[in-house]
Amino acid sequence: MTAFWVLAPFMVLAALGLVLARKAVHAALCLAVVMISLAVLYAAQGAPFLFAVQIVVYTGAIMMLFLFVLMLVGVESAESLAESIPGQRIGAVVVALVFGALGVVGVAQSVTGAVVGVDAANEGGNVEGLAALMFGPYVLAFEATAALLITAVLGAMVLAHRERLGRRLTQREVAEGRLQDYAHHGTHPGQLPTPGVFARHNAVDTPALLPDGSVVETSVPAPLRARDQVRPGDRSEVDAVARELEPGEDPR
Amino acid sequence: MNDPVWVVVLKAVLIFVILVLYTLFNIWFERRVVARMQHRVGPNVNGPFGLLQSLADGVKLALKEDLVVKAADKLVYVLAPILATIPAFLAWAVIPFGPEVRIPFTDTYTALQLTDLPVGVLYVLAVTSIGVYGIVLAGWSSGSTYALLGGLRSSAQVISYEVAMGLSFVTVFLYAGSMSTSEIVAAQEDLWYFLPLVPSFLIYVVAMVGETNRAPFDLPEAEGELVGGFHTEYSSLKFALFFLAEYVNMVTVSAIATTLFLGGWRAPFGLAQVWEGANDGYWPVLWFLGKTLGFIFLFIWLRGTLPRLRYDQFMTFGWKVLIPAALAWTVAVIVLRKAQQEGQLDRTALLVAAGVAAVVLLATLLLPGRRGDEPAESEPADEPDFDAYAGGYPVPPPQAPHVPTRPWTQTAIAHHARDKEDSDA
Repeated sequence: MTAFWVLAPFMVLAALGLVLARKAVHAALCLAVVMISLAVLYAAQGAPFLFAVQIVVYTGAIMMLFLFVLMLVGVESAESLAESIPGQRIGAVVVALVFGALGVVGVAQSVTGAVVGVDAANEGGNVEGLAALMFGPYVLAFEATAALLITAVLGAMVLAHRERLGRRLTQREVAEGRLQDYAHHGTHPGQLPTPGVFARHNAVDTPALLPDGSVVETSVPAPLRARDQVRPGDRSEVDAVARELEPGEDPR
Repeated sequence: MNDPVWVVVLKAVLIFVILVLYTLFNIWFERRVVARMQHRVGPNVNGPFGLLQSLADGVKLALKEDLVVKAADKLVYVLAPILATIPAFLAWAVIPFGPEVRIPFTDTYTALQLTDLPVGVLYVLAVTSIGVYGIVLAGWSSGSTYALLGGLRSSAQVISYEVAMGLSFVTVFLYAGSMSTSEIVAAQEDLWYFLPLVPSFLIYVVAMVGETNRAPFDLPEAEGELVGGFHTEYSSLKFALFFLAEYVNMVTVSAIATTLFLGGWRAPFGLAQVWEGANDGYWPVLWFLGKTLGFIFLFIWLRGTLPRLRYDQFMTFGWKVLIPAALAWTVAVIVLRKAQQEGQLDRTALLVAAGVAAVVLLATLLLPGRRGDEPAESEPADEPDFDAYAGGYPVPPPQAPHVPTRPWTQTAIAHHARDKEDSDA
């Protein structure tokens, strides 16, 4: 009971943080806190196997994948609040209410009545007892769940699979292709020029300058060019900096 | 086991002290061994054999300026090193250092293990997976691309190699009939598991290097590509915590390998037969730490020998080689164990089967590899008319005469010959 009263405030705070956090990564962290606390509660209730599995499966693997997605999808992007499925909000509220009622009833039952049977269940060892139940009376449910999970995994693989249209080019073919490009179109066969060779700045959005002061377009990554985020980096900027450094004196 | 509170506290503090001292020692050990491998001396000035060098470096590190970068997410940035360090220490709660001993100056008997869980090994897996959070969050919160890439790499790496690692554990559980560390050590009284479970042992050793982000798998902090990876933006004590966590994790996986495959704290082969007391009292701690140190040496040896893998090679190796091999081996062990229990398989049949399997494996090694894509060797070497511009860029013909040795090289050779003559004379 001590473990519960110590952990419960943390869990409630973390759960609130999960809902209220501005940044998605903070919400994911709060979820991790809730799950680890839950695992500790399992341990305190005499279920060490569940404790380890809870952390390995949820906190370890699933949360990590979750974080992955969050980081890659773009954390800063604002979510669209438009309702894509009609009646989704009302449905969500109804389900939440039912689920809340279920939770309250479940917790109330376990709090009011005395809890019995843990010692009997753990008699032959916690892991052994669990195994005897899972591979004994509940083996069918266990296998069905396993089949369901495998199906889900296969589905994920099929959805994420991309058919390769052509053969993968070897390093040699890439090199030869570049030289052919040079022969026919005059494209430089080597690397693209690096950005920011201009001493004022070494950021990727600062283009390299040719000896005559003109800008080398290809020295800035294509996405930045497409988004029009290239710094001018021309003569006028040099003059501006020079004026900042030596006020009152014209650099030219 | 029910120890009094003061015993529990004493053991916890001792584990902490041992781990911190072992880390200081390991840093020195690594530097000295790598130095020897590279024909250098290594730190040898401060203290006997330079042993206090890591202490001096630690103090220096702690006194450096503690930077919090502007673009960082402050809370997570500070939390990350703590999250990386604490689980590293937590894992040691279930590692058995030795058998039951008497605490000196008292009459209390206790096992040299903080606590014994029935799911001890799973507990270690769980706790170490929390440690990865520290690395991932450090990468994310630093607000730097290098750090983010390092953090992502690290988590992908740990998730991938944890699967192979867990599968190699399964076979040990099957043999020992338990997941508790102390019972696994007890089950290895006759035979250490690295012998009957060689494939599991090898898979574990590879996976543990991948799991701890050590060379040749140190992609998360690949200094050639990512500056410092996830800890690029960290300095002072926060960086020291990451450093500490990495070294403690190294010792942790070594200790797990010792416990699961090398008989834990048991005396090395043959010693217990010659000397009765080898497995009693505090001696086992020595054997345990010695075996762990052997693994640390392996880590250092790998670092001194192998270049870093490319990221896609590393992932391909993990998913396409290591995990299928571990799966197949696990199924084989399950079948064998079942057949043994049913009595359909005696020892000779098992040995014969193992021999056949070994021969088949060796034969596959000797078979020529599948090289369908490569052109045959017997291509006509001399082409009648060579076009220097055929590839688009001017190249010299393949049969072009070698560039004559440059004059200055000739001079150098002459000088060298003269010096040699002088020294011979």
